[in-house]
Amino acid sequence: MDILKFITAGSVDDGKSTLIGRLLYDSEAILVDQLEALHASNRKNDDGSIDLAILTDGLKAEREQGITIDVAYKYFETDKRKFIIADAPGHIQYTRNMVTGASNAGLAIILIDARKGVIEQTTRHSFLVSLLQIQQVVVAVNKMDMVDYSEDVFNSIVADYKVLAGKVGLKNVTYIPVSALKGDNIVYPSAKISWYTGDSLLTHLENVELEIDDTSAHARLPVQWVVRPQTDELHDYRGYAGRVSSGSFKVNDKVTVLPSGFSSTISKIEFYDKTPEEAIAGMSVTVHLTDNIDISRGDIIVNSAGQPQLSNLIEADLCWMDTRPLDTTLTYLVQHNTKTIRCKISEVLYKVNINTLEKDHAEDFKLNDIGRIVIKTAEPLAFDPYQLNKANGGAIIIDSRTNVTVGALILRQAVD
Amino acid sequence: MSKYRLDYLDELEAEAIYILREVAGQFEKPALLFSGGKDSITLVHLAMKAFRPGKFPFPLVHIDTGHNFEETITYRDEMVARIGEKLIIGHVQDSINEGKVIEQKGKNASRNALQTVTLLDTIAKHKFDACIGGARRDEEKARAKERIFSVRDEFGQWDPKRQRPELWNIYNGKIHKGENVRVFPISNWTELDVWNYIRRENIPLPTIYFAHQRDCITRNGQLMAASPFLNMDADDKIESKNVRFRTVGDMTCTAAVESYAFEIDDIIHEIASSKISERGARMDDKVSEAAMEDRKKGGYF
Repeated sequence: MDILKFITAGSVDDGKSTLIGRLLYDSEAILVDQLEALHASNRKNDDGSIDLAILTDGLKAEREQGITIDVAYKYFETDKRKFIIADAPGHIQYTRNMVTGASNAGLAIILIDARKGVIEQTTRHSFLVSLLQIQQVVVAVNKMDMVDYSEDVFNSIVADYKVLAGKVGLKNVTYIPVSALKGDNIVYPSAKISWYTGDSLLTHLENVELEIDDTSAHARLPVQWVVRPQTDELHDYRGYAGRVSSGSFKVNDKVTVLPSGFSSTISKIEFYDKTPEEAIAGMSVTVHLTDNIDISRGDIIVNSAGQPQLSNLIEADLCWMDTRPLDTTLTYLVQHNTKTIRCKISEVLYKVNINTLEKDHAEDFKLNDIGRIVIKTAEPLAFDPYQLNKANGGAIIIDSRTNVTVGALILRQAVD
Repeated sequence: MSKYRLDYLDELEAEAIYILREVAGQFEKPALLFSGGKDSITLVHLAMKAFRPGKFPFPLVHIDTGHNFEETITYRDEMVARIGEKLIIGHVQDSINEGKVIEQKGKNASRNALQTVTLLDTIAKHKFDACIGGARRDEEKARAKERIFSVRDEFGQWDPKRQRPELWNIYNGKIHKGENVRVFPISNWTELDVWNYIRRENIPLPTIYFAHQRDCITRNGQLMAASPFLNMDADDKIESKNVRFRTVGDMTCTAAVESYAFEIDDIIHEIASSKISERGARMDDKVSEAAMEDRKKGGYF
């Protein structure tokens, strides 16, 4: 059994929290004491039924205001799969939270209100899903009960969305008509939508296939920690501990250590009491090399046959996440894999209006702004373009005055 | 590219090991908070996988309320001897003796709330900059929103509205002097995941997790272990029951469940078909809808 992490993009008005509540409720992932708390709560729907949205609103301020401020994680499982839901807020002022939730998701559910169709916020959410390169997309056309379960309404929204998907470059899109409030097509198929022959949302989530990049040439291992017991019997033991971020390593593979550029060969892969022949993306292991070379945290071990780009001047998309605007004169920190070094945003190329997708000339870069910049780093970064290798193409910006994470970087290409 | 093929327990394990190694790499004086419960026992097992054949780059820290299940302390001491790592104990009794906290009175008196002060004092005394804990997001809805690296201010407080964005698997552990970070490597595990992992890895547990005969009293609809630490009066009727515990905490606030689960397979079966969540057996969460959020803001685990 594997795990599917997915994000839901939409706002409270679209019934996003109700959709998640419905998934949990109908798949019987809610336990009795939680259910009692739910029934005891004062918040009810207009018709007196329990408000399933309460299940995902965790913080006091959220319950008071009836909105979702931060990403909440929810867990449930069926016989086929385990699920982690990142429930992210949909309002524009919480774009950074959605980017956060989207960064780890394998699938995104984009909610559209059947009465409203494709609107500005759908564009914004789709742009973000595309920017973060979530593998699979489900467009859930919700509130079908409010449009008499009309096939025409659904088809017209699908046609509109296909245009948008083409514009933002989304592939692997599945369309499902649902009513979260009434429970149609969430877990169980609905007789009211008999014209729809596809899977219910849950059935789709259970069966959709995700891919992993285990190409040996894309092998990347950021070194987190050097294991050196320095005991009498293990005097010469030197293991490089880390999690394979992409590709696969095998014993006897020729590897290069970056940024130094030294080459060596993998002599052994260790995992506690085991010595596997291969380590694929996602595995945390300890690697041994045939040569005694200087390697420490922040270095990355890669397959010699498929090396990443190495540069200290990189074009990247930036999502700004702090209330203080970007200051291009300031020195920030960039954290990429296990390496944290000084940097400057040397140039802002343009900003994207994420509601219309138009590129604007930018003088400033404020909270929730997204656009293309050039970053200059104190040492070269060994990165892959995000569009080719997500795992080695993301980085964060830290404000060294506050230590807060202020930006997400999607690395695109080295500047010559 | 090929079809995704990591089993869920392997993926959760690899993620937790990655997080533990990030702590080792990013902090100068980390610590692992060890309660004797199954979640922190799982953390110790994961730390073995992360750092062996080397030593742990951090000590274990136990905040001892003094109201322990004896089985937990026996287990703790045996485990520490077996793995050969350092254990630091912070005693709530010391905080009481020093006048920093006052023992609660009355029937529902518990030292659970007092241990926050002892924890913060222990962190300050040893200058810990990161504390690894076994909290999981499926336990409670305030926890569902907490980051894996959760920054606490000088007073140990969690500010849910000012959490740092946490992207991909990049954890920002930069802090100012006096602040510290609580780190939760098994955030993404559920109760059932922990049990399935314990079974797969053959991890030994304190005996109170398994069904046994015990003298109990019923209070506020829950079964509590009769002990000298529980303020009892004539109304409390002691009955011998077949019980086990789903969490291991202070004896005065950890309720038992009636159970005949003698083996780990029985427990997994029981939980999979159970209809009461794990923290539903913790009286400390029953106070209000925001009980956990308020305690976390105050510096609780």
